[in-house]
Order: sequence, then structure tokens, then C-alpha cells
Amino acid sequence: MYENAAELIRQAEERDVPVWRVVLENEMELTERSEALVLEELQRYYGVMRAAAVSAIKEPRDTVGMMIKGDAQRMGRYVPQAFSGEYLGTILARAISCSEVNASMGKICACPTAGACGILPAVLLTTQERLSLSDREIAQAMLVASGIGAVIVKQATVSGAEGGCQAECGAAAAMAAGALTSLRGGTPEQIFDAAAIALKNIMGLICDPVAGMVEAPCAKRNASQAANAVISSDLAMAGIRSVIPFDEVVDAMYQVGRQLPYQLRETSLGGVAASPTAQRIAKRAGARTISGE
Amino acid sequence: MDKSIFEVLGPVMIGPSSSHTAGAARIANIAAHIAGKGFNRVVFGLHGSFYETGRGHGTHKALAAGVLGFGPSDERIRDAFHYVELAGLQVEFRHVQLENVHENTVCIEFYRDGQKLCEVTGSSIGGGNVEITRIDSFDVKISGANPTLLIRQNDKKGVVSDIAAVLADNDINIGTMTLSRTARGGVATTIIETDSVIGEGVAESLMGLENVLSVRILDAEGADSDV
Repeated sequence: MYENAAELIRQAEERDVPVWRVVLENEMELTERSEALVLEELQRYYGVMRAAAVSAIKEPRDTVGMMIKGDAQRMGRYVPQAFSGEYLGTILARAISCSEVNASMGKICACPTAGACGILPAVLLTTQERLSLSDREIAQAMLVASGIGAVIVKQATVSGAEGGCQAECGAAAAMAAGALTSLRGGTPEQIFDAAAIALKNIMGLICDPVAGMVEAPCAKRNASQAANAVISSDLAMAGIRSVIPFDEVVDAMYQVGRQLPYQLRETSLGGVAASPTAQRIAKRAGARTISGE
Repeated sequence: MDKSIFEVLGPVMIGPSSSHTAGAARIANIAAHIAGKGFNRVVFGLHGSFYETGRGHGTHKALAAGVLGFGPSDERIRDAFHYVELAGLQVEFRHVQLENVHENTVCIEFYRDGQKLCEVTGSSIGGGNVEITRIDSFDVKISGANPTLLIRQNDKKGVVSDIAAVLADNDINIGTMTLSRTARGGVATTIIETDSVIGEGVAESLMGLENVLSVRILDAEGADSDV
């Protein structure tokens, strides 16, 4: 059993087992479910993730606020020309696809939240193709991601209303960075270094949804945080250490969240949500505006 | 680690917001279970971010769907108001300011023909997870993640041990147990979260106990119903 990242890393190292194994055993003990049942459930979740990651690239969806319709397809078609390359370009398109499905009240898998639902699926699916991995290996990476997420849920928060975007997309980026590092054969230390780096890269980011809808800037933040996960994993795999350990980064993120004023935590009263254009969109959509009109 | 990985990943849900859509549906779903059958009007008091950004997140639809018994992954959420009309249910939304509660909180009042049946307050605490914090005048703490027993009883000596004995006889392990009362010797509420499914027979045995007034079972269904 473990209570934080340091203990999780130590257990994996001392027993010489992968991080996913420690997380899986904890889950089996906690919920009295068998290994097969846990993995089966994860693969079912992955099915929902995969569908959401590709469906809006194929066909644009009517979103509630009509702010991001067609963006997944735009990026998907542009991948051959993308300076970020085929792998990262595809990740960007897939992250946006999940956001587009989510914003159209379609079915997604929260990871850890719906607002951040594009980050982990985009990284997992595209890495699965790149490295020719089985669904079982992906389920193992999902265990790594959830182990990272559980530490954040326990020590901090993944709610944008409580901690801002850094808590939602930040948690997702940390989870995806760790999962990717695990798929690439990283050590337990590298997995949590990648997660720590990703969370530091987004620290302080506010939650400022335009017109109170999960569309702008949320879809682009799903894309940028999926990219954050990839570069953080690259840095960790290169042997670059996170100077601040993961547990302390999580504590710092939580403190920053508590210091964020109410206006910058999902209330749409600050950030780009307070801009004149956002106010016009809110008025058009019949949402509440800052002046209360 | 006492957090399940399925508190981090999932739920599989209808978008756009785990806290404002899935969490809202779950709170309303649990609240309707607590209220029981027979209500025909529901008033939702929206606090904080539920009020500020609820409409764009489909919070209103999710709450309405929740009291109809639809879970967070039910595709009917998108057309919730259509189903509300079909059910002959009246729903109203108000802005409320509550003291010392989470940003995403709703206070749900259930009525039958103008008479108030029950009032349930719950918060959406992130990632689709929820907490019911108040039922009528009782402070409670229900996550809905585990099968839960809700018992009202006369505040008399020995009732709690009678309840525990019934559970032990039925091989049900108590995870957490909270007891609250409005006044000494008055009506008390016992909330028990268990590790295993609670059968209907258990409710009947509990109802047979002296001083037990009502028993309600919440299964963990509001969570991931049709994944």
C-alpha cells in the first residue's frame, strides 16, 4: 500500500515490479475486485476513449456553444503539414476530437475530468499505434495514469472550480506524461519525474471558460497539455530530473489553487471569459454575462 | 491509497463537465432515491459555480435527468426536459447562497401536490464524484460510491446495536457509520456505507426492529450505470 508518490516509487523499486503492478494490487485490495475484472473495466473505458478521440475528426459535431465545431477535423487534415510532426500532430487532433464530442453532450470517459478528457486518450491511442502495443499494455499504462491521478485527488484536487485549469488539465497532463513514460520503458523515478515536470509546466493556469461552456479555451488546452505530456516525458526519458519531487509539486499546485480568486476558478468572471468577445458570445448564447445582463 | 483508480478514471459520461454534468446527475439521482417515489415538483437551488456556469454545462438538464433516475452516462440527458414533460414533473431552478459549502452545490426540494416531502443538499467535488451533505435538518456525508443504508429511528438506547446485529447476521460489513439527531430523544438518522450489496430482505429485517421508522437503500448505481 502507498499514500503518496514517494511510497509508490519506493515500493516498485524495492520489489522490482512495474508501477502499474503496485497500483493494480492496491486497487484489488481496496475494492476486492480481481485483476481480470479491473483490467476488463479499464479496457472498456479505453473503448469509449478511442471512439471519442477519432469520431469528431471523421465528422464535425454540433457543440452546445458552436465555438469549436470542426476543429478536430481541421487539425486532422493538417497533420501531414504539421511542424510538430505526424505523432504530435495526430495527438493534437485527437485531443480536440474528445473535447468536441464532450462539448456536444456526447459520450466520453472523464480522465480525470470531462473538461480534460482529451489529453490521456490522445496520447495513449497515438502511442499505441506508434509502438504497436496491445490493449492490455494500454490498460497497464492507464493504471500508471490512475496511480498518479489518485495521488493528486488525495493530496489536492482535480476540480477546476476548486483549483483552476492547472488542477484539471494539469492532472491529466501529469497522468498522460507518466503513462507515456511507462509505455516507453521508463523507470518509476522517470515516470514521476515526467508527471512532476508536466504539472509544473501548467502551474497557475486559471479556468476561464468562455460563456461558461467547456469549449474555448478548453479544447486548445487539451491539445497543448497533451503536447506538454509528450515533451515532459521526453525530458524525463533523457534523464533530466524534476528538481522538485512530484508530491511537493502536487502540494504546491493545491496551494496555488487555493490562492486563485473565485473569478478565475470556472465561474467565467475572469481571464479570457471576461474579454469583450467572450461577453458577446455569452450574451448571444443566453448565458450570464459579467454585467448580469 | 484509499482512492480507487475509478475515482480518477471515469465515469464514462455524457459531457460536457464531470462536475457540472455527471456530478449534477449523480447528486439528483441519489437525492431522488432519498426522497422516494411520489414527488411531482422539484425545486433546485443552485449555489456558486453551479449557478454561474451551470447553463452552458448542461447542469440543469443533468439535474432534471437525475431526478428522473437517469445515470450520468445516459444519452437521454441531452433531451432531459422532454422526458421531464413526459413524466408530468414540474422542475424549477433558483439561485441560492449557502453557507460553508463547496462551489458546486445544489439544494433540491421535493414536493408532492404542494407539500414538501424532503430536502437534500449535495456537492459535486470533482471528477464526477459527489457528496450528499444534508438531508432535511440532518448533516450527513454520503458519497454514493458504496451501497448505503439510510435509517431513521427514534433516538433510544440499543437501537444502533440492533441495527448492527441485523447487518452482521446478513454478513454485511460496515464501512462507515454516521449517526446524527436533531434533539436528544427525538428522531435520529443513521447512515451506513457498506462493502457489499444490501438485499431487500435486510431492509425488511431492519424495519421489523423496534424504534426504526424508515429504511432506504441506495445502491451504488448512480455511479457508472450503463458503462
